[in-house]
Amino acid sequence: MSQQQISNASSRWQRIKQSDLFYYFSRDKVAIVSSVVFLILATLAILSPLIAPFDPYDLRQLDLMDSELPPVWIEDSDSRFLFGTDDQGRDLWSTILYGMRVSLLIGIFAVLFQGTIGITIGLVSGYMGGKVDSILMRIADVQLSFSTLMVAIIVLAIVKSAFDGETYSSWAMVILILVIGLSEWPQIARTVRSSVLAEKEKEYVDAAHVMGFGSVRIMFKHILPNCLSPIFVISTVQIANAIITEAALSFLGLGMPVTEPSLGSLISIGKEYLFSGSWWITLIPGLFLIVIVITINLMGDFLRDVYNPKLYKD
Amino acid sequence: MPLLTIKSLCIEFPGRGKTERAANNVSFELHAGEILGLVGESGAGKSTIGNGIVQLLSAPGRVTSGDIYLNDDLISNFNAKQILKVRGSRIGFIFQDPMTSLNPLFTIENQMVETIINCLDMNQQQASQYAIELLAQVGIPDPEIRIKQFPHQFSGGMRQRVVIAIALAGKPELIIADEPTTALDVSVQDQILTLIKGLCREHNVGCLLVTHDMGVIANVADRVAVMYRGNLVEIGDTAQILGSPNHDYTKSLISAVPRSNIKTDRFPLVEYIETTEKGLDSIDVTTHWLGQGVRHTHSDDLLVIKDLNLRFITRDAMFERNRRYLQATSNVNLTVKQGETYGLVGESGSGKSTIARMVAGLQKPDSGSIQFDGLELVGNPDKVAIRNARKQIQMVFQNPYSSLNGRMKIENIIAEPILFHKIAPQGDVSQIVGDLLDHVGLGRQSGKKYPHEFSGGQRQRISIARALASRPRLLICDEPTSALDVSVQAQILNLLKDLQDELGLTMLFISHDLPVIRQMCDRVSIMRHGMILETAESEQFFEHPENAYSAELLSLMPRFDNIYESSRITKAPN
Repeated sequence: MSQQQISNASSRWQRIKQSDLFYYFSRDKVAIVSSVVFLILATLAILSPLIAPFDPYDLRQLDLMDSELPPVWIEDSDSRFLFGTDDQGRDLWSTILYGMRVSLLIGIFAVLFQGTIGITIGLVSGYMGGKVDSILMRIADVQLSFSTLMVAIIVLAIVKSAFDGETYSSWAMVILILVIGLSEWPQIARTVRSSVLAEKEKEYVDAAHVMGFGSVRIMFKHILPNCLSPIFVISTVQIANAIITEAALSFLGLGMPVTEPSLGSLISIGKEYLFSGSWWITLIPGLFLIVIVITINLMGDFLRDVYNPKLYKD
Repeated sequence: MPLLTIKSLCIEFPGRGKTERAANNVSFELHAGEILGLVGESGAGKSTIGNGIVQLLSAPGRVTSGDIYLNDDLISNFNAKQILKVRGSRIGFIFQDPMTSLNPLFTIENQMVETIINCLDMNQQQASQYAIELLAQVGIPDPEIRIKQFPHQFSGGMRQRVVIAIALAGKPELIIADEPTTALDVSVQDQILTLIKGLCREHNVGCLLVTHDMGVIANVADRVAVMYRGNLVEIGDTAQILGSPNHDYTKSLISAVPRSNIKTDRFPLVEYIETTEKGLDSIDVTTHWLGQGVRHTHSDDLLVIKDLNLRFITRDAMFERNRRYLQATSNVNLTVKQGETYGLVGESGSGKSTIARMVAGLQKPDSGSIQFDGLELVGNPDKVAIRNARKQIQMVFQNPYSSLNGRMKIENIIAEPILFHKIAPQGDVSQIVGDLLDHVGLGRQSGKKYPHEFSGGQRQRISIARALASRPRLLICDEPTSALDVSVQAQILNLLKDLQDELGLTMLFISHDLPVIRQMCDRVSIMRHGMILETAESEQFFEHPENAYSAELLSLMPRFDNIYESSRITKAPN
């Protein structure tokens, strides 16, 4: 049995190595560099409790005397703090690591959430057609006509005033994921719907009907697997979008609380000290945010190019 | 002194992993005023040679060695600027699809004058005058008026005439026609071919006619070059090549062309291109699971269709009187007997596929009745009975590239209907799937692969295996071979015949291809505008059609056999 598992695993690896995706990947320097950078950042973020020299969530480790120390390469710095400290004396490097983890978690889970809603609605809408399609897509249009930020700000403002600060802090991440996921699902739903419309005209769907299979089976077992490429592409881009949205909300003071800062709230903390000389509190987390978002977007571009049938053929 | 000389031309497409040789040491000559047919199946490299001559290969393809002479000029050594002067003014091009080879935003005059001024030393007025002359030459009525019109105002055949006029505009020495009639109806095809032939004689222009259709070759080409996988296997006079071919490939290609004049039992010699797996365990279907489906019958007539009507809305409106409809089928009556092959033939849009879709349950009829083995399928409230009946009606689709789910393994594709309908014990399924794959000539180990690893013909075999998996009694074949090469078509038709004999299948066979219908069907109905015009025994229909339309269609059928037969008998000296 284990023998078979090994051979299965190795043949899967073989298939990946022989796949077009791997072939184009190994030939695309931008894709390789961006995914390596992203993987390094993601690993750092995941392992942040092990790597970070301080625990920014532990108030006992903070010392106000350490506040606003500059990064090590500038005079008057403290060698304990690689990128300096923020206004409360937190080590900026540790806080960035924890903050990246928060940002990535929110990005990924928000996309999983919006993907679940978007794929289901897109599939049903494209497959059923007619009135169901019209109603669902008009709902999506209405949703799209509000900007994501506007919806998020309204919902978060209400939630924040409805609960006390303590409760909000502990649920902030979940609420952000729900809000971002809910306001972005039409993007995925529309992508899925358009590829379902193309797929359902193909004869294998007719063949499945002639076999007598039911609608749910045809939708999820036959059509959905054939729509995965565009879903894959848009999800990557949506992760970057969700991270930016979260950062923007946190910057406006509606996102993660100051005690558990994400990259956005760090940038927000720093903006008050920007002109008093402590530029690093804003700029260094900002740099990390930019790098994460750019690498994800570049990987998304690469995927889109590979799956674009026109470029795919030559 | 030949017009075009090609000496050991090699064209390569460097690709991932290995380099594809699209043309391998191809040499031939073409004289002025002569039509040379370049024939072969898809992937044989015939279009590549046409494009290679004028350096229009799509990247990364390139000519690696060999010389191309046009009269005395070594055009294969021309640089990009020099070859521009050759294209259009010395070599004209006719493309396959007249719907896309004209720019829809410009009038015919714009497009023709542009070419003429580019190639010949003329001013606007002269060019315009010359364009009108050209249109008249290619047989467009009222050229002065038509030249001011846009491409969408022309029919397909008329557009192809315009394309030919443009190809002639630069007074070329050579015309390369790449499948010029493949996208056209049979009746228009005939006119265009006659036109090309006449113009070549008249202007003393050489023509390289690239096509896959042996009928076209037989009609117009003086000489034929047969291509097979990048190699030129045989070249010679048309009558000689078609009548007494030397090479095995040519023989198998010619024997695979369905004959329109006589019904043969099987297509011989068609194993050259795509051999099926050898040494497969053949199964005895009488004792095998496959042969033990439901066989009891209530009557001799398996499928009875009565007064079947369906119309599609072409323009929707709020009020009934403003709506427009297309009558896809009107009052269709037909009866398919147990065990026979029933042919439905007609031009595109005649409603033959719609009938198939209604029988298969993909489309609901507006009115009428479809009875399968005595059970009414239209509007019957007994869902269980309907489901049982539907299981016994299976379909083989036209396009093998889209009729298989690309994300499933072959074994899962075939096993799915068996498991879903629970028609075999779970433990036996993989054995049955393997037997089915063996039986359609693929071999059981191919079950582990995905559809994209197979060619078109092999995919059609998978499609047939999948249809057989629910042990059908009625197999609907909707243009099952029209997307395939002719030799693969012969293999698939052979397979269908064998399966029918073994399993006693009843088939509803739909095709626009009359020779194929003749080879396959016992009885035929001919359809036009949603109506059945004539139903007859196959032999009766082909020998003595009663309806005027049937007679007309039959007379337009490609006459490949004429030359084939005559050269057989006389061994034509020319």
